[in-house]
Amino acid sequence: MAAVQETIDQVKSIDVDQYKYGFVTDIESELAPKGLNEDIIRFISAKKDEPEWMLNWRLDAFQRWKTMEEPEWARVDYPKIDFEDLHYYAAPKTQEGPKSLDEVDPELLETYKKLGIPLSEQEVLAGIAPENRVAVDAVFDSVSVATTFKEELAKAGVIFCPISEAIREHPELVQKYLGSVVPVSDNFYATLNSAVFSDGSFVYIPEGVRCPMELSTYFRINERNTGQFERTLIIAEKGSYVSYLEGCTAPQRDENQLHAAVVELVAHEDAEIKYSTVQNWFPGDSEGKGGIYNFVTKRGDCRGANSKIAWTQVETGSAITWKYPSCILRGDNSVGEFYSIAISNGHQQVDSGTKMIHLGKNTSSRIISKGISAGVSQNTYRGQVSAHRKAKNARNFTQCDSLLIGDKCGAHTVPYIESKNATAVFEHEATTSKISDDQMFYCQARGLDEEAAVALIVNGFVRDVIQQLPMEFAVEAQKLINISLEGSVG
Amino acid sequence: MLEIKNLHAEVEGNKILRGIDLTVKPGEIHAIMGPNGSGKSTLSYILAGKEDYEITEGSITYNGEDMLELGADERAAAGMFLAFQYPIEIPGVATMTFLKTALNAQRAARGEEELSTPDFMKLVREKAADLKVTPEMLRRPLNVGFSGGEKKRAEILQMALLEPTLCILDETDSGLDIDALRIVSEGVNKLRSPERGMIVITHYQRLLDHIVPDVVHVLSKGKIVKTGGKELALELEANGYADYVGEEA
Ligand SMILES: Nc1ncnc2c1ncn2[C@@H]1O[C@H](COP(=O)(O)OP(=O)(O)OP(=O)(O)O)[C@@H](O)[C@H]1O
Ligand SMILES: [Mg+2]
Repeated sequence: MAAVQETIDQVKSIDVDQYKYGFVTDIESELAPKGLNEDIIRFISAKKDEPEWMLNWRLDAFQRWKTMEEPEWARVDYPKIDFEDLHYYAAPKTQEGPKSLDEVDPELLETYKKLGIPLSEQEVLAGIAPENRVAVDAVFDSVSVATTFKEELAKAGVIFCPISEAIREHPELVQKYLGSVVPVSDNFYATLNSAVFSDGSFVYIPEGVRCPMELSTYFRINERNTGQFERTLIIAEKGSYVSYLEGCTAPQRDENQLHAAVVELVAHEDAEIKYSTVQNWFPGDSEGKGGIYNFVTKRGDCRGANSKIAWTQVETGSAITWKYPSCILRGDNSVGEFYSIAISNGHQQVDSGTKMIHLGKNTSSRIISKGISAGVSQNTYRGQVSAHRKAKNARNFTQCDSLLIGDKCGAHTVPYIESKNATAVFEHEATTSKISDDQMFYCQARGLDEEAAVALIVNGFVRDVIQQLPMEFAVEAQKLINISLEGSVG
Repeated sequence: MLEIKNLHAEVEGNKILRGIDLTVKPGEIHAIMGPNGSGKSTLSYILAGKEDYEITEGSITYNGEDMLELGADERAAAGMFLAFQYPIEIPGVATMTFLKTALNAQRAARGEEELSTPDFMKLVREKAADLKVTPEMLRRPLNVGFSGGEKKRAEILQMALLEPTLCILDETDSGLDIDALRIVSEGVNKLRSPERGMIVITHYQRLLDHIVPDVVHVLSKGKIVKTGGKELALELEANGYADYVGEEA
C-alpha cells in the first residue's frame, strides 16, 4: 500500500478526540437564562455595570439584528442555529470581574496553567527576559478573569484591560472608536455581537510609544450551551507600535458552541499593529459531532498615512470557521498584510480569507494564504481585493496555496478582484498540490516515520507564514500544526 | 550482510524483477550495470522499501533480519541508504533542517540521543566542505532548484552524515561534471570501510575508475545474467551488452 493511500485510510479513522484542551473546568457558573431579548441585554449590561449609552448602543444593535438574516453565501454547511437555545452570559460564580491575581480562583489559574498560559507574574518573570515578556488578559466564558503586567504597561502609558473595564474607566475612547471600524449593522454576527458582547480586550497605545511587551488574550469557552461574544478594540496612536496575540481553546462537548467575535483595529499615522491569532477551538469529534462554530468579524483600519496592519493567523480548530480579517487602507502609503495557515481535518469546514480595500494613494497589500486539508474536510480561501477610484498606484500581491492530504477533502479558492483605478496593479497566484507518494517515500527512506514525514512536508509548505509569527509563537504554532494533523497519519 | 534470494517483483501485473540472487558481504562493493529499463532502479527502490511493488517470490534479509517486513524508515534506521537516481524536492524545508530531522529520527529509532545543534552544525559543515556543498545550498529548500549535479552531491552529503552500513547508489554519476565526479567519488571512497557494503548502479566505467568495485553484475530484463570482477565493466564498455542480453533472449 502506497504511503499516501495509507495516510488516507488513517485519516478516515481520524480521531480528533485527541484534542488536548478538551477538559472541562469544574466551576460553578452564573448563567443568564437561555434566549435573547431586551431583558437579557439589560441583564448583561447591568452585570457589567455599564453606563446608559452602552446599554442603548446594545439595544439599538439588537433592534437591527432582529431585522437581519443569517448569511448563507459561505461554503459551509450546518444545521440552523437556534438563537433562543443559547445562554448569552456565563461567568464563574466566584468572580465577577478582574481582581488582583491573588484573588483569582485557583481553579481558574489551574485551567490556564493546563493550557500552558501562566498567569502568575512571578512565574513569567522567573524564566523570561524582559523583552520576551507577554502580558496576558484571560477571558473565561463571558468575563475577563485576570490581566497581567497592567502596572508595568501603565508606566509606558499603555492601556491593556478588559473591554468591560474600559467602558467604565475610559468611556471617551470607547465611545469614539467602538463600531468605527465594524459598524453595528455590518453583518448578522457582528450585529449580534454588538448587542450581547460580554468581554474581550481593550488596548490603547499612546502617540509615539512602542509597546514594551507582547500583549495577548486567551479565550476559553467552558460553559455548556453558551455563546461567546467577545469584543476586542485596539487603538494605535500616531507613530506607535503594538504586537498582539490571541489564543483560543474550548472543552470537548457533544453539542456545537457558538463563538461570534468582533475585533476592531485602528492604526493612526505611522502606527503599526501586528495581530496574530492561534485559533484552536475544539474542532468536533471523529463523527463531526460537537465543535465550535466560529463566526468572526475582524477588521483593521489603516486610518493614517504610512500606517500598517498585519494579520497573521494559524487556524487549526473549530467545526466551522467563517472569518475574513480585513484591512481598510485609507491612509496614503498604508500597508495591509494577511498571512494565514488554515488547517482542516476530520469534518471541519473552513471558509476564510481576507479583504484588502484600497482607498488611499500608494497603498499596498500582501496576502499569503496556506490551506491544508485532510480527512473529509472542506477548506475555502475567499479573498477580496479592491481599489477605489482614488487609490492611485495601489498594489496587491496574493499567493494562495492549498495542500491536500488524501482524496476525500476539498480545497477551493474564490478570489474577488475589483479595480476602479487604472494605475492599480493586482497580482494573484494560486497553487494546489498534494503530498506525493514520492515525497513521502523519500523522507521515509531517510528514516522519518509517516507522521514525521507529513509534519516535515507540511512545515515546509507553511514556512513563509510561520516566519511572520513572533518567535515564541512560531514554535507553538508549529507544534499545534503537528498535533492537529496527528490523526491524519496515525 | 545483505542477502537477496530469488527476488521476483511486479507492478500492475508487469513482471519487472524475475529472480534476483545477490549477496553483499561487509566491505564489498558491487557494481550493477545493465541496459535502460532492465530493473536496476526498481531493485534499489525495493531494497529501500518503496511500496509500489508486489513481491511475488523471494526474500531480502539484512544482518539476518527480514527486510520485507520493515517499512522504509525502519530499513533506514537499520542502516540502509539509497542515493536516488532522481532526488525529490521538498519545498520550504531547508536542506539543513532536513538533514537534522533525518539524523535525529534515525538516532531516536536506534535509541540514541539527539545530537545537539552545535554538534550537528559542526558535523554538517565538515561533511559539506568535503563535498563542496556551500552553506548557501544548506539554507535552500532541499533539492528545490538544485542543478542535477548539486542534487547528487546533496544525496552523498546525506549519506556521509547518516553513515549507513549499506549504501545503494543509483546512477550517482549521471549529471556530474568531471570535477564533481571526482569530488563525489572521493566522498564515497571515504565511506569505504570493512564494515560497510555498497551497491553502485551505473552505466559507465568512468565511475568505476574512481570507485573500484569488487564484483560487477549485469542485469538484464530483471535477472542477473553475468557476474564477474572489475574487468567485466571494461569489457562491457568496449563491447556493449549484446553478448549477455542476447544469451537471455
Ligand atoms: N510504476 C511502474 N509502472 C509500470 N512500469 C514500471 C514502473 N516502474 C518501473 N517500471 C518499468 O520497469 C522497468 C524497469 O525500470 P527501472 O527504472 O528499474 O529501470 P533501470 O534499469 O533503472 O533503467 P535506467 O537505466 O533507464 O535507469 C522499465 O521498463 C519501467 O518502465
Ligand atoms: Mg534507473
